[in-house]
Amino acid sequence: MSTPIAVEQLTKRFGSFEAVRDVSFTAPGGAITALLGPSGSGKSTVLRMIAGLENPNEGRIWLGDVELTPKSVQERRVGFVFQHYALFRHMTVAQNVEFGLAVRKQARSDRKARVDELLELVQLTHFAKRYPDQLSGGQRQRVALARALAPRPEVLLLDEPFGALDAKVRQDLRQWLDELHRELGVTSLLVTHDQEEALELANQIVVMHEGRVQQVGSPSEIYDDPRTPFVAGFVGSANVLHGVVDDGHVHLGALRVPGAGHLEEGSTATAFVRPHDVRVTPKGANGHGPDGAPLAIGRVERISSLGWLARLTIRLDGDGSHTLVAHVPQSDLAGASEGDLVSVDLRNPKAFDQGEATVGE
Amino acid sequence: MRTPSQPPVSLPGGGRRRLVRSLIVVACILYVGVLLLLPLVGIVYTALEPGWSKVVETFSRPDVQHAFFLTGVITVITVLVTTFFGVITAWVLVRQRFVGKSFLNALVDLPFALSPVTVGLAAVILFGFGGWLEPFFDARGIQVIFAVPSMVLVTIFICIPFTIREVVPVLEEIGKDEEDASRTLGASILQTWRKVTLPNIRWGILYGVALTIARSIGEIGAVLIVSGLIKGKTETATLFIFTAIEERQEAEAYIVALTLAAVSIVLLVGIETARHRIEGRKVRT
Repeated sequence: MSTPIAVEQLTKRFGSFEAVRDVSFTAPGGAITALLGPSGSGKSTVLRMIAGLENPNEGRIWLGDVELTPKSVQERRVGFVFQHYALFRHMTVAQNVEFGLAVRKQARSDRKARVDELLELVQLTHFAKRYPDQLSGGQRQRVALARALAPRPEVLLLDEPFGALDAKVRQDLRQWLDELHRELGVTSLLVTHDQEEALELANQIVVMHEGRVQQVGSPSEIYDDPRTPFVAGFVGSANVLHGVVDDGHVHLGALRVPGAGHLEEGSTATAFVRPHDVRVTPKGANGHGPDGAPLAIGRVERISSLGWLARLTIRLDGDGSHTLVAHVPQSDLAGASEGDLVSVDLRNPKAFDQGEATVGE
Repeated sequence: MRTPSQPPVSLPGGGRRRLVRSLIVVACILYVGVLLLLPLVGIVYTALEPGWSKVVETFSRPDVQHAFFLTGVITVITVLVTTFFGVITAWVLVRQRFVGKSFLNALVDLPFALSPVTVGLAAVILFGFGGWLEPFFDARGIQVIFAVPSMVLVTIFICIPFTIREVVPVLEEIGKDEEDASRTLGASILQTWRKVTLPNIRWGILYGVALTIARSIGEIGAVLIVSGLIKGKTETATLFIFTAIEERQEAEAYIVALTLAAVSIVLLVGIETARHRIEGRKVRT
C-alpha cells in the first residue's frame, strides 16, 4: 500500500490552451504530496491524468515500476475523491461504498464485511441506509473517501476534497484525514489551492503555476526557502518590495533589504519578507542592525489584533509610498501605539531579479 | 412598492391591488379553462351522448380495431427507435466535444419547426413514385410509400426531439462526476452506463417516452400524406377519425378521439404521480 507515483514531462493541451506544461515530480510511497497552486494552475488536470480521466498529450505516469499511461481508468486502481463528492445519488451510503467491490465481482460476504469496516473507519455506521442528499457536506465527503478506499487502491487522489465545505468542517476533516492517513499509509496526492492545508497535511508540496512546476520540496523548504518569486508570494503572506540592487542589498527609499548578493549591482529586484520576519523596535532603542548600518524608520499606521499576534501596518519614512506589514507577538508590542515612530529590521528576505519576478506574477 | 415593515392593510390602494390580482387569476383560469377544458368536455359529451351501446358497437368494428392496432404498432416502433437513439444522441450532445455539435443540436429541433404536412411531402419526394430512393426499395420489392414503413418513418421523424430534449437537461444537471467516479472505482463504460447514468436519467427517459407516445398516437398530418388512406390497411386511429367525420359518422369519430385523448392524459398524469410517489418515498426514509 505504499507505492510511489511518478510523472514525467506531462503536457496537456485543451485546443490551443496548454493547461499542463512539462510537469515532472515523484510522490513518495506512503506519504501525502500536495499539488498546490491557484485555480487554473493545472493541478487538477495533473491529478485527472494520473487517474486516467484525461489523457496527456505528452509524458508518462508511473506507479512504482508499472507504467500507467497506456492503461484505462478502470485498470489503474486509484481511489479518487472529488470536490463535490460525486456520490451516486440513487444509492444508499452502503451501496455507494460497495460499488467498487460490486463491479469487481467480489463475493457478497466479503463485500459486506469490507463495507462495514469502512463505514466504521469513517464513523458513519449508523448512516448506512441513508441517501447522499440526507447527509451533510462533511458526511458526504467521508462517504466518498470510504467509497474510494473500499477496493484497496494503491494511491488515493484527492481533488480539492474540502473545497466545498465551510471553515470549521474543513478544519475537522483535515485533522481527521491526517489521522486516517497515518493509520492507512496509502500514497496520497492532494490537490488544493489552500496553502495552509498543504503545509499542514503534506509531507511534500509541489507548487504549480500556469501549468508548470515552480518548486518541489518539504513544507518547510517551500515556506522558508522559496525558489521562485511566485512561490515566495503565494505560500504564506509576504511583504513585496521592489527596489534597486546596491552593495548586495535591495534599496527602496531609506530601507535596505539584505540578501541580494547574488543579483547584479544596479539591477531592479523584488524582495519578499514575511510579516513575522519584520522586527519592530521603538525608535532609538536600537538604531543599528547587526551589520552596524542604521535601521529604517517608519510610523505605525494601524495596529490590529490577531489573537496572540498583533498586525502592524508601518509606513516607511522617506518617500512615504511604501508600507510594511509586521506580525508581532502581543507581548513584544511593549506599549507601541498607532502614530509611534519605530525602527524596522528585516530578517530572512528573499530577493529575486525583477525580470524573474514579473514572469512569476 | 410595499416594504416588509408596512402591513398591507395600512396601504392606500391596497384594496385595488388585491382586486387587480384577483382579476388576473380569474383571467388565467378562464383562458386555460375555456381553451383547454371546454373542447375536452365537448368531446366527452358528444362521444358518450349516444349511449354505452354505441361505444361497444364502435369498438367491435373490425376497421376500428385495425386502426387502433396500426396506431399501436407505429407507436411501439417509434418509441423503441427514438428512445434508443435519443438517449445516445443526448449523451453525445452533452458529454462529447466535436466539430458540428451546435449544428447537430439545432438540427434536433427541426421537427418542431416543420409542419407535419411538410414532413409528409418530404417523404413523398424520397419514397414516392419517381422519388430519389424509390428505385432502391422498389428493386428489393419493399413498398415504402402508401404503406406502414413510410408511416413509421414520418412518425419517428416528428418524434425525434422529445427524448433528446427531455434527457439533455437531466444529463447536464447531474454532470460528469458520478460517471468519472464510477470509472475510477473500476467500472467499465457499460457498467457505468447501466449502474450510474441510466438510473440518473430514467425519469427524463420516461417523460420522453410519454411525450413520444402522446405525439405518435395523435399524429395525423404527415401520416395522412404518406398513407394513401387505404381502408383496413393504412388507416390509423387518427385517420379513422378523419374519414369518419367525412362520412358523417360523428359518434364513432368522437369515441375514437376520446380514447386517444384518454390514453395520453392517463399516461402523463400516471408518470407524474409515480414520480412523486417514488421520489417522495426515498426522501422520507
